[in-house]
Amino acid sequence: MENTTKKYWKGIEEYRNDIEVVKNAEKEFNLEDLDGGTHRRDFLKMLGFGVTAVSLAACDAPVRKTIPYLNKPESVEPGVPNYFATTYAEGGEFCSVLVKTVEGRPIKIEGNKLSSITNGGVSARVHASVLSLYDNEKLKGPQKEGKDISWEDLDKEVMAGLSSASNIRIVSSSVFSPTTKKVVADFTSKYPSAVHVTYDANSASGIIEANEASFGKAAIPSYNFDKANVIVGVNCDFLGTWLSPVEFAGQWAKGRKLTSGKDGKHTMSRHYQFETGLTTTGASADYRGMIKPSQEGALLVALYNKLAGNTIGNSAFSDELLDKCVADLKAASGSALVVSGSNDKAIQTVVNGINSLLGSYGNTISFAKTLNNRQGTSAEVAQFVSDLNGGKVDAVIFMDANPVYSHPQGAKIAESLAKVKTSVSFADRADETAAICKFIAPAPHYLESWGDVEPKTGSYSLQQPTISLIYNTRQAQSSLLAWAGLDSDYHKYLKSNWKSNILSGKSWVSVLHDGVYDSGASSDGTVSFAGDLGAAAASIASSKDGGLEIAVFESVAIGTGNQANNPWLQEVPDPISKVTWENTLAVSQKTANELGLEKGDWAKLSAGGYEIELPVLIQPGQAHSTVSVAMGYGRTAAGKAGNVGANANPFTNGVNWTGGASIEKTKSGYTLAQTQTHETVMGRSAVVQESVLSEYVKDNKAGRFEPMIETSEGAVKPYTITLWNGHEKKNHSWGMVIDLNTCTGCAACLVSCQAENNVAVVGKKEVVRAREMHWIRLDRYYSTDADTEYQINPSHLEKMEHASENPEVVIQPMMCQHCSNAPCETVCPVLATTHSSEGLNQMTYNRCVGTRYCANNCPYKVRRFNWWKYYENDQFDYNMNNELGRMVLNPDVTVRSRGVIEKCSMCVQRIQAGKLTAKKEKRRPVDGEIETACSQSCPTGAILFGDMLDPNSRISKALEVEKEGRAFHVLEEINVQPQISYLTKIRNKDLVDSKAPGMHSATEHHEEEAHAEEEHNG
Amino acid sequence: MQVVSPIREKLVTGGKTYHDVTEDISRQVEGPVTKEWKVVFGISLIVLLYGAYWVYQTWWNGLGNWGLNKTVGWAWDITNFVWWVGIGHAGTLISAILLLFRQKWRTSINRAAEAMTIFAVLCAGTFIFLHMGRPWLAYWALPLPNTFGSLWVNFNSPLVWDVFAISTYLSVSLLFWYIGLIPDLATIRDRATGIRKTIYGALSMGWTGGARAWARYEDVSLILAGLSTPLVLSVHTIVSFDFATSVIPGWHTTIFPPYFVAGAIFSGFAMVQNLMLITRVVYKLEDYITMEHISLMNKIITVTGSIVGVAYITEFFIAAYSGVQYESYAFINRATGPLWWSYAAMMTCNVLSPQIFWFKKLRENIVVSFVIAVVVNIGMWFERFVIIVTSLHRDYLPSSWTYFTPRMGDIGDYLFTFGFFFVCFLLFAKYLPVINMAEVKAVLKSSSEKSEK
Repeated sequence: MENTTKKYWKGIEEYRNDIEVVKNAEKEFNLEDLDGGTHRRDFLKMLGFGVTAVSLAACDAPVRKTIPYLNKPESVEPGVPNYFATTYAEGGEFCSVLVKTVEGRPIKIEGNKLSSITNGGVSARVHASVLSLYDNEKLKGPQKEGKDISWEDLDKEVMAGLSSASNIRIVSSSVFSPTTKKVVADFTSKYPSAVHVTYDANSASGIIEANEASFGKAAIPSYNFDKANVIVGVNCDFLGTWLSPVEFAGQWAKGRKLTSGKDGKHTMSRHYQFETGLTTTGASADYRGMIKPSQEGALLVALYNKLAGNTIGNSAFSDELLDKCVADLKAASGSALVVSGSNDKAIQTVVNGINSLLGSYGNTISFAKTLNNRQGTSAEVAQFVSDLNGGKVDAVIFMDANPVYSHPQGAKIAESLAKVKTSVSFADRADETAAICKFIAPAPHYLESWGDVEPKTGSYSLQQPTISLIYNTRQAQSSLLAWAGLDSDYHKYLKSNWKSNILSGKSWVSVLHDGVYDSGASSDGTVSFAGDLGAAAASIASSKDGGLEIAVFESVAIGTGNQANNPWLQEVPDPISKVTWENTLAVSQKTANELGLEKGDWAKLSAGGYEIELPVLIQPGQAHSTVSVAMGYGRTAAGKAGNVGANANPFTNGVNWTGGASIEKTKSGYTLAQTQTHETVMGRSAVVQESVLSEYVKDNKAGRFEPMIETSEGAVKPYTITLWNGHEKKNHSWGMVIDLNTCTGCAACLVSCQAENNVAVVGKKEVVRAREMHWIRLDRYYSTDADTEYQINPSHLEKMEHASENPEVVIQPMMCQHCSNAPCETVCPVLATTHSSEGLNQMTYNRCVGTRYCANNCPYKVRRFNWWKYYENDQFDYNMNNELGRMVLNPDVTVRSRGVIEKCSMCVQRIQAGKLTAKKEKRRPVDGEIETACSQSCPTGAILFGDMLDPNSRISKALEVEKEGRAFHVLEEINVQPQISYLTKIRNKDLVDSKAPGMHSATEHHEEEAHAEEEHNG
Repeated sequence: MQVVSPIREKLVTGGKTYHDVTEDISRQVEGPVTKEWKVVFGISLIVLLYGAYWVYQTWWNGLGNWGLNKTVGWAWDITNFVWWVGIGHAGTLISAILLLFRQKWRTSINRAAEAMTIFAVLCAGTFIFLHMGRPWLAYWALPLPNTFGSLWVNFNSPLVWDVFAISTYLSVSLLFWYIGLIPDLATIRDRATGIRKTIYGALSMGWTGGARAWARYEDVSLILAGLSTPLVLSVHTIVSFDFATSVIPGWHTTIFPPYFVAGAIFSGFAMVQNLMLITRVVYKLEDYITMEHISLMNKIITVTGSIVGVAYITEFFIAAYSGVQYESYAFINRATGPLWWSYAAMMTCNVLSPQIFWFKKLRENIVVSFVIAVVVNIGMWFERFVIIVTSLHRDYLPSSWTYFTPRMGDIGDYLFTFGFFFVCFLLFAKYLPVINMAEVKAVLKSSSEKSEK
């Protein structure tokens, strides 16, 4: 073989068999420098490879894998949402809702229109509750003394504790669930020493006790604000927070709706409000009086005296407004309603007396169906606290109650609670109370739970889980059943209870589908007043003026603070003060001057040995010598977002106010996180148009401002001259009509929009920098005492900036107006914002380069810029910064990147979905089928959305009559032709009392004024 | 023996010969780097690096580093942009319009003014990129063929007009400046040795100095001057359209184009004045940049300052006369609202301060000239700030009214352009002839005198 193989040499060296060749014979490559580790070339290679690899990796967006269903669950189609009817019921609040789930995760709350109570209305807090589901600061499982424990061990230990206990207490907020009540009863029969204490953080004990004394019924009646022609509220925020605000707002709005045209409704209720701090209810009232909390009783006694003509006691209170109110109430006997938010039995007794005098019972108030969501009385709470402090209680279970935080004597309770042998809390986190309890048996969120409620006699609403348990939690009812030694399957228990006690033969499945069930049950509602007015008046007379008085109120967004760790709610601007992320010390300008306080100050407020330090808010409409502080803040164990502000609960003495306060300035130069810092509308009639009922009855266009443009052919309407060709709308023309008369500013639309459109939370610092991202805002304008006639006089303009002492308020929802001649569209260099063929102004995030020219050129200033990256960014550690929190995101809406503009899209994803559904079924979309997030959620129906090309749609019909009536476009004279129309604000007020621009002289100088206006806009 | 015309003052004093000119100017390029230059350059570099840190912050983390908010979407960014563009006007004005008008005194200052123009326009361009939310997509503002289907730019948008205006202006200015440099670069090349000779040789593009080259040079200069002249007017007109075509009261104003152009010339001349006064002293060029130059510049500053003053007053008159509530409020708010101090600064610096140049003594006082030029540039910065911010912060709906407070990002990014500008200008002043030798030589003999050899 060898002979046949030719020999080749690599070179002459090999042939010569040089010593070097022999040395390196074993090495494939004749490179000496290979041995010495890393060398220059390798280094460069590595560097090159490394840099390329890193930069390539950095260039690519991270890939996120989606995992397909191996076995697709029935009824879950990727991309197709499912809706489940369930019920929000927490801390005495309730709302029948539909929950939108996509691929098994609930992402949006909508109103359940089948509910006879909430009628499809939803409040801001209920909307936001879906985010609380994905709060990653909740407990992941049961705990014993701060350490994880298994459910089995917990059950064993708790049951041992309970069995050895001789004095068990279950402390809960009002339980208005029939099945939970049954569970408690079962538990009590196993542990007979158990006493159920109902503790409401926002108790209505005064009403319940007064009703028991007056009528023998320890309950809260149903109120019918829609049947009342005259409504008088005394420190009673029934549109915002009182008892059942969603229901009341809907009823109230019925009486406030007006329609123009010949056959239109030209009557509305008259609403008087006497209150300490300015609330949404006071802002929506026709007449508003300012009273100190100590005057509530005196006012009502005076009211009674004037109505009845006899004297139940001396009242020093006198007020012109009260006389007017009395006259109206007398005239409206039988259709009048007087409500008070006081928690004082004596005051509520007088209210009962007034209402029975006015014949309200059976008309505007009914005991046939009672309102069950507040059942706690101060007596039983006081008993519990004294038992606890006296060491008589040896086992206590907290269910949806956090008295250590919310009770005025929370600190004392905490101290005593630590000594209780067996203490359990069902809280979802180690909150102020749970942290002291021995055991935490975390209950899941209501969206993971079964349950039922009976908010009104015979009206039920069911709760069903919309997602399987996220954490290792167990429903409170299951825990109680387990400890009672029963089957802990609450679903089974609930179903059997319903089948045997409630359904009376009706199908469980259909009720579960509907979410609500009306059994029609009601009790005898006739009552006769038997209250002791004399004693009540005497008790009222004994309460003296308290000097500087502190009024503790529930804010619309935070309420009692049970959802304090919800960043959406923290960032909801207060409907009136527009403050976010904290509570404040609200004082009137006059009081501030007297106390030496200024805007930007912080002050220490103290009364009864308790003090808090908070920023000062100069609040127009605040009663003098009072300080209003919101409850629900100052939590210490709520979580990252929730531990803000200061706790005002200790100031309350069961009656939500206290006197003898003192206030002391501590520092200055602070900027409140307000989303609106300007108070008045500066006499700009093109922005807000309002009038009074008497004028409106005469002329449907009362209060309308119709600018005219001077041309060579005389004055013409702005829309008749244009540079633009307009956009053809062949198929649809989506638009909205917003009724300023029924908008209460409750912010439900704002949170609904935030949830629907993945609107980022930016935090307090960024709100201070005026960078909130909300797509819809609720512009709040106070009236001013200055002449609103426009003058070119700087000092006059300066005066116009200041609100009246007790201003009239207009709240104007403002979002993208979808202008037909949109100023934003012409200026975008890259065509990122364009017009759709259906009248929408569309924003293409992908195309936006972020010049912000559109935002500058927007006359309504509704465009929002992504100053930062708001997701997956530790600077913005809210829901979009954690995996769980991001589960709430709506997959149909892009999460906007840094550097792009965003704004209201009129929920284009919903429009598109609605159109597709209709198309699949080969039909036109039906009016009402497509709703935007804001229009869907409005409890008063103030926002009407629809297709303006569909002649039968509600919006077309509304505009048909209102075009020559109340409908106006904001800033009509710049001819941007918005798709959104507003209806004028009409107050049921005497012309002379109106503070609206131009109202004083309206009658006499009608012609002159019209002329003057023309000149201004010529 | 020589008779010097009493009405035609010498443009270059000190009895300079052609050789003296070459020596005086080239000395700076050829000599070693001076200590003063090093100090100033070092400071500029530090400012540039500090600014670069903030540019990095704004690009990497977002425009949240600025003080802007939901209502005020532009503030320092576009103020700086317009301010730099405005400054950039003087160069072309001096070289183009004054060339066409045969203003020979311009020869001593046009080189530096043109260089200043280019650097200023680059600084302005920085803000075009900086102000974008997603600057990496800036090329979308160009009408480039793309794969996005029929997606094009929006020719309705003044920002697109800006893109054209600024890029045209920059390229024409650059061309003009460079063409003017070629003969001088050749002069330096001819005097240089070694690597310097190679570099300047390449830069001078084979300039021979022959009669044909000179003839072409003259032709090209004239053509470019003709091209640049409308640009001087158009660039700032178009920049003013950013505001004038909007619907915002205080922006929506037809007076803006002439008013902006006057303002631009005003600030540009002030900046030239500043730079020339420094160069004059540092490079000992008193014979080239004479009191006559300073005085003439001051006169132009006074005239243009008065033009903008008239414009300010006209705006107020029109706002009142129109009877439009928003318009008149915008102007009253400008003067008396929360940002009144910026309006006061603008009026004082722009309208009042240049009026002192009515006095010859002050007009010919170097310190006063320098101070006023600085003051004018401060004033012109405030003018843009006033227009942009006071109009935006309180427009139609009072609910959205806000205030503007700058943050470190605003300041840092502004400093960045200062650093950039001075680093560039110092490099220019060191490595390129700051005075156009060729053209100065042409005006050495301004009368019937014999030029000295």
